[in-house]
Amino acid sequence: MPLTDAAPIVTRRIGNARSWTLSSYLDHGGYQGLRKALTMAPADITAEVLTSNLLGRGGAGFEAGKKWSMLAKPRPAYVVINGDESEPATFKDHMLLENDPHQIIEGTVICALAVGAAQAFIFVRGEFALGIERMTAALNEAYAHGAVGRNIFGSDFSIDLVIHPGAGAYICGEETALIESLEGKRGFPRIKPPFFPAAIGLYGAPTIVNNVETVSNLPWIVENGGAAFAALGIGRSTGTRIFSLSGHVNRPGNYEVEMSKVSFRDLIEDPRLGGGIRNGNKLKAFIPGGASAPWFGPDQVDLALDQDAVGKAGSMLGSGSIVVMDETTCMVRAAWRITRFFHRESCGQCTPCREGSGWLDKIMRRIEEGAGRESDLDLLFDVCDNIAPGLSWPPRQTTICVLGPSIPSSITSGVRMFRDEFLTHVKEGACPYG
Amino acid sequence: MAEQTENKPDTVTITLDGKRVTAKPGEMLIAAAERAGVYIPRFCYHPRMRPVGMCRMCLVEVKGPRGFGLAPACFIPTSEGQEVVTTSPTVKKAQDGVLEFLLVNHPLDCPVCDKGGECPLQDQTVAFGPGETRFVEEKRHWAKPIALSDLVYLDRERCIQCDRCTRFADEVAGDPLIEFVGRGDSIEVNTFPDQPFSSYFSGNTVQLCPVGALLARPYRFKARPWDLEQVESTCTMCSVGCRIAVQSSSNELTRYLGVDSEPVNHGWLCDQGRFSYQYVNSDERISSPLVRKGDELVECSWGEALAATAKALESAKAVHGPGAVAVLGGARLANEDAYAWAKLAKGVLGTDNVDAQLGDGLPAELVLGLPRATIDEACAASAIVLLAPDIKEELPVLYLRLREAAVDKGVPLVELTPQSTGLSRYAKASLSYRPGEAALLAKALVDGATGDVAGSKAAAVNGARALLGDNPVVVLGRPSVAESAASITAAAAALAGLPGVRFLPALRRANVMGALDMGLAPGILPGRVSLDAGRDWFSSVWTTLPTGAGLDAAGILSAAAEGRIQALVLLGADPAADFPDRQLARQALAGAGFVVAVDAFLTESSRQADVVLPAAAFAERHGTTTNIEGRITSLGQKIVPNGVSWPDWMIAVELAARLGTELGFETVEQVWDEVERVAPSHAGITCALLADRRFRDGVTAPLGAAPPAITGTGSAPAPRPALLAFSGEAPAVSLPPLDAYSLRLVSRRTLYGNGTLVQHAPGLAALAKSPCARANPSDLDRLGMGKGGQVRVRSNRANFLIDAEPDPGVPRGSLSLAFNSVDLEGSDAGALIDADAVVTDVRVETP
Repeated sequence: MPLTDAAPIVTRRIGNARSWTLSSYLDHGGYQGLRKALTMAPADITAEVLTSNLLGRGGAGFEAGKKWSMLAKPRPAYVVINGDESEPATFKDHMLLENDPHQIIEGTVICALAVGAAQAFIFVRGEFALGIERMTAALNEAYAHGAVGRNIFGSDFSIDLVIHPGAGAYICGEETALIESLEGKRGFPRIKPPFFPAAIGLYGAPTIVNNVETVSNLPWIVENGGAAFAALGIGRSTGTRIFSLSGHVNRPGNYEVEMSKVSFRDLIEDPRLGGGIRNGNKLKAFIPGGASAPWFGPDQVDLALDQDAVGKAGSMLGSGSIVVMDETTCMVRAAWRITRFFHRESCGQCTPCREGSGWLDKIMRRIEEGAGRESDLDLLFDVCDNIAPGLSWPPRQTTICVLGPSIPSSITSGVRMFRDEFLTHVKEGACPYG
Repeated sequence: MAEQTENKPDTVTITLDGKRVTAKPGEMLIAAAERAGVYIPRFCYHPRMRPVGMCRMCLVEVKGPRGFGLAPACFIPTSEGQEVVTTSPTVKKAQDGVLEFLLVNHPLDCPVCDKGGECPLQDQTVAFGPGETRFVEEKRHWAKPIALSDLVYLDRERCIQCDRCTRFADEVAGDPLIEFVGRGDSIEVNTFPDQPFSSYFSGNTVQLCPVGALLARPYRFKARPWDLEQVESTCTMCSVGCRIAVQSSSNELTRYLGVDSEPVNHGWLCDQGRFSYQYVNSDERISSPLVRKGDELVECSWGEALAATAKALESAKAVHGPGAVAVLGGARLANEDAYAWAKLAKGVLGTDNVDAQLGDGLPAELVLGLPRATIDEACAASAIVLLAPDIKEELPVLYLRLREAAVDKGVPLVELTPQSTGLSRYAKASLSYRPGEAALLAKALVDGATGDVAGSKAAAVNGARALLGDNPVVVLGRPSVAESAASITAAAAALAGLPGVRFLPALRRANVMGALDMGLAPGILPGRVSLDAGRDWFSSVWTTLPTGAGLDAAGILSAAAEGRIQALVLLGADPAADFPDRQLARQALAGAGFVVAVDAFLTESSRQADVVLPAAAFAERHGTTTNIEGRITSLGQKIVPNGVSWPDWMIAVELAARLGTELGFETVEQVWDEVERVAPSHAGITCALLADRRFRDGVTAPLGAAPPAITGTGSAPAPRPALLAFSGEAPAVSLPPLDAYSLRLVSRRTLYGNGTLVQHAPGLAALAKSPCARANPSDLDRLGMGKGGQVRVRSNRANFLIDAEPDPGVPRGSLSLAFNSVDLEGSDAGALIDADAVVTDVRVETP
């Protein structure tokens, strides 16, 4: 599959001089989407977004317009933008927050306008110091410019926007934990039901939670129409999307490409994108959609970057981060590193994740350090099974939120794909990669 | 609380393990299944708290749009046609998995754990767990245990993070002082830095803990659960009447546990009640009768002590008439004791100088004569009006119930108070009044205010009035012992004019309501009848009756001080510490001819007695008690009485015999049989009825129009005398003029104080606070002491130095001094208060 000539959407201003400032933003067509949206009926904005079939860019890939349509009737309602990007190897929102904050603000206001929200919040990962600084400066500029606040651009529509820095927990990227944190409570995911914040969210009110990249698409969609967006991509996977490429490639980075029309191989090998694997090494495995996603081997590298295609193949595009591992990678250590991450970030609320993540971390560490037993492989699977029964895809779970069933992905992938490598660790009593 | 079913009368049918089961719509699956006989294992679920779905032990399969899926039964509401499977291999695997996860970091130190033997985690592991562990890693370690407070220890290694304790502290107690700290498998429950878990309800967390993580310091390492025997009883540390399980080992009380009584305590206890068993075990209990020999009380036989007492009673009556005999106290006795003593005093000795209250209560005809509400009725009222002491301090579990009504059910609280209380933060309207002006404020609340009244703004009063609705319940007690009972009686008379109003008494002594029901007050006879109305009825069952209404506590003490009381009986009463006017109480004890104290401890008062008779304490005898609602419940005996102590009723029987009269009972049941027969309000409440498990929560007297199925055997023939009804007459209250240089005194009790029982429970005694004067910051500013400091407080009676603190909860112009602080050394409210005055005015000066 060749690379398409579709122009980037959400990253189109990145690279402009001082792209994060209002003047630069206005010079490059900023706030035109919002101005147009203010002339439209809210329902028409939602209709355009439904037409665009914009899929959520946070990880679950739920249709944004459909989510808005599910917003419960009681008012007030809130809009919360999830900028708590913490998934290892995911760094697209990081870039947008630092380099195009006005686009996020514009998209947020359009979303609030479409759903009739009383207030909007942008929850930014606390570690993004520069992002918070630029978002805050941009928000001040936007207020002064009349793009946020009372009677936006002279219209009847008013909304306040609050930037809330996160306190350093991965789990707050889970939308209900984010809401709890925003309310000033511990970042514990809420137990379901209710299943969606659109029914009961922030302060018990109906709430739309959208990802930073998702709302960044809104100004373009309003300006150019949902159909123009839907014309890009194939099937349900429309538009363009940022993929965070990392690992053993020559050119790691964020690449916005047309959905479904580019394959993992293109992304990794195209000289304008990943530029191939370092030192001409061979591909051993890759993670197609963030640390929570099951791994793919070289045999799946020709899959398209298409949400449904990847789902059918047993993994997910998730947050759009692709980690490439070459032949020099110890797969036990790779899986352990991810397990350790989930162990450290488990919120501790429910038993299987709290205790299972730590137990798996300890077993994986033991194997990597050469103290493993052959029976540990079955034990790993059974412990994983008690967190995600059946170890199927999409996973089932005994836990409150999806952090739990994310834990087994790297372990089961590693053992299934590289069982011999695990056994070598056990038999040699040491990591063969040193 | 967990069930949201009240307005949905219909039922739904669910399929539970293939069987069709009827459930309430919206009820959680775990509860519906349990009622249908299917017990789903759980750790975090508790029916009295909101579900959190955290432990995941109750995972079952519920059919959804995409087929069966695992879901927590504690968090899935039932719905019509729902299909649930609790026994499939999938469910079993999930539950086994959770159990194994819970044990991964659990220390398995069951042999040295208090909970071992009654531990849900241990029980489920033994029942369903595998024989061997697959966990070969190092477990998580914590320093163990740490003190969360003076009463509660936490072993974090054992904690399974079920959120029960933290939920209780936040949701039920309103003291969110413990929280989860950290995350993942290093999550721990802990306090905030430098803020101990100093909740009056902290002990409940120990009982709620499903493992041995939370430990009661007084119980730690004291017993093994399988060595404990228990009997159900009612806590008698205050008058709420919480049901408890009294547990003992080797004839020593080891523990009280809360029992879930739906109409009363919902399973909760306050820490004062929970740990009060320590006083029963105290080494300082009186174990033998004592008789005065010169300056000393020396041990003697029952025969000698009873003979001396009988002789003193007889000669006082013979020489000076029945009015020379007086009986003070009795509000701590069981109903049967109170009846036996009422019969001895009024029906044998013929004196009506009898008062169970010590000048800090309200007149019997008011309390017994007002239409009464139950706690449940108060919590379902259109509004709750508080004209009462600080409920959190004096009736703690009633505080929990009222707080729940206000917070969870939205019942408006309207408070009339001279100082903010523990409930003020939950009150829709907190109206303050100047001491002595309660009646003015009450009248304004009933009739509407046209101007500011008693220190409250007209708009606030009228706003509160609009909240009352058509069936308010007034919680009625003494907001301050430095304000006369007449002032509060006048206020109650005004509130009695509210349409549809009922009253819940807030008098704190354990069985004050039972004592009044049994006639231990001037002018009344057992069964809530006046002396006059009951005269004919009782003259057929008692040998004699008082000729006219006698003196109340203040009257008795005044008469004693003037030398007109020749024999004074103290029934578990310590007027020197408890009567608001300490000077009068001391003069009375000195002036009384002969003092007999029936008590379990030597107190300031009983040390001055001529004879001290040792009384059996709580759990050393059985009987019944009556709570603020008029609810009669059983008291259980668990251990044998200390030394040669006797139950109080038996002492009355023996004294009567020595006075030549048989009271006519040899057992507690015989006393109660007579009560049921002769006390008009108690007709039909037989021993058999009280023993019936269907009435395990007790019955309220009088029985309603439709009496319970079991009826008594020996009901007395009609016509019975009419029950007391409050006349509605307000006593005249004449206030001294306000003096711009004085502050009006407010004095209330705190939960832990200088009380005899608390002071003999080591775990509680340490919690009592030293005295401190509280005043509005602006009043202290006037003295140039805005930040507080030592001041001199002066009244007509006394003056002393005391630490003062600014407190915006005390209105301007008032000074608050706790009545029952420890380490008083003369610097206390009791030294300032004059029993004859409506209010006490004090000057506050820089030292």
